[in-house]
Amino acid sequence: MFDFENIVLAASVEEAVAALSANEKAIVISGGTDVLIKIREGKLAGCDLVSIHDIPELHGVRLTEDGCIHIGPTTTFAELTNSPVIMERIPVLGRAADTVGGPQIRAMGTVGGNISNGVTSADTATTLLNLEAELTLTSPAGERRVNVNDYYLGAGRVCLDHAELLTDICVKPENYQGFGGCYIKYAMRNAMDIATLGTSCLVKPGKGGVIDTLRLAFGVAAPVPMRARNTEQALTGKSYAEALEEIAGLVRGEITPRTSWRASREFRLQIAGENARRALEAAWAEAGGEV
Amino acid sequence: MLQIIKLTVNGKPCEIAVDRRWSLAEALRQALGLTSVKKGCEVGECGACTVLVDGKAVDSCLYLALWAEGKSVVTVEGLKSGDNDLHPIQKAFIEECAVQCGFCTPGLIMSAVEIVGEGRVYSRDELRKLLSGHLCRCTGYENILNAVERAVREING
Repeated sequence: MFDFENIVLAASVEEAVAALSANEKAIVISGGTDVLIKIREGKLAGCDLVSIHDIPELHGVRLTEDGCIHIGPTTTFAELTNSPVIMERIPVLGRAADTVGGPQIRAMGTVGGNISNGVTSADTATTLLNLEAELTLTSPAGERRVNVNDYYLGAGRVCLDHAELLTDICVKPENYQGFGGCYIKYAMRNAMDIATLGTSCLVKPGKGGVIDTLRLAFGVAAPVPMRARNTEQALTGKSYAEALEEIAGLVRGEITPRTSWRASREFRLQIAGENARRALEAAWAEAGGEV
Repeated sequence: MLQIIKLTVNGKPCEIAVDRRWSLAEALRQALGLTSVKKGCEVGECGACTVLVDGKAVDSCLYLALWAEGKSVVTVEGLKSGDNDLHPIQKAFIEECAVQCGFCTPGLIMSAVEIVGEGRVYSRDELRKLLSGHLCRCTGYENILNAVERAVREING
């Protein structure tokens, strides 16, 4: 038995945001793989819940005519990985989702929860940062749109007001067309583990084997998932060969990971540089760039 | 606080009274006596509580009983055939000596049911990944892999 007080099973977004506005201490629960564990640990003991587990409008992946890919926040990791739209257009996001936990967790945990609990190790977050995903936040007052790069406020905190709900994750065509991608999860085990360091790279090759656009993001390199914008900027317009040579040093000069029980700061810096290089290599190959 | 939920369990429609704070594992064990569903870690790491919900293998310890309203749940008790014979996956586990203490077995068998249900053959590496949400405290993984490989081969090969 879980130690929570009340639960509202919302059947629509309207019901969910109304239930949140009516109760200041209510917490949103979707897949449950994070919230129920926190309740079990006692961190959220005695809370009230608003369940968005079975709201059809928040679920599934849709491609619209304008080329935008809309990901419902309650889409599970497994559904994301197996979505034909994702497999064809943003396979890197599906592969990143496929590194979370184990099969059962991936059948339960949701992509919206992965970014909304504000955790730095979230496996889909770095790729969504690179994709410049646009989030729709819905409250009783209406909707607003926030770029996922502005979503994070600090460890465990995102810019959701209490009565607001993440209702859409939109990836625009200019942010995935022509890009190749790679996500590398570095962890102690191949499954059922949390990333020691996550590295996501998107690259779009330009004419003559130069880097047209580079997007690089890290998990567990800072309190929240982060973009390595200085590195991105420094390598834009460079040749692929130069970029491959310089990326590790640039990354190590830019990010400031901490020492934790999982790994030291020095170790994280080492693997961040190396994995950035490997991720660029794989992303470049996927994009069909000249070597 | 009790609430009545309607769901299908092992092919039979049923109505059960559940505490709103129960996990699905608790509902299956306490309201329906389906004790093949094991409570192990209760935080989604060991996979001993794995059941199928609408055909998908999930950790029933991290799934609220209330969410099962209207859904179809399958546990190991639902695998036996009309003449009370064991399911081919269960037989494969016996043939390959894949059961030691047996605590992880029901969960693994339910994941195997999902895997076999895909209707295709898998490589050893793919099976390792598909079974990675289970812990066997006897560490009998090799024979478990052999059993699932055998079941997949016999049914889909």
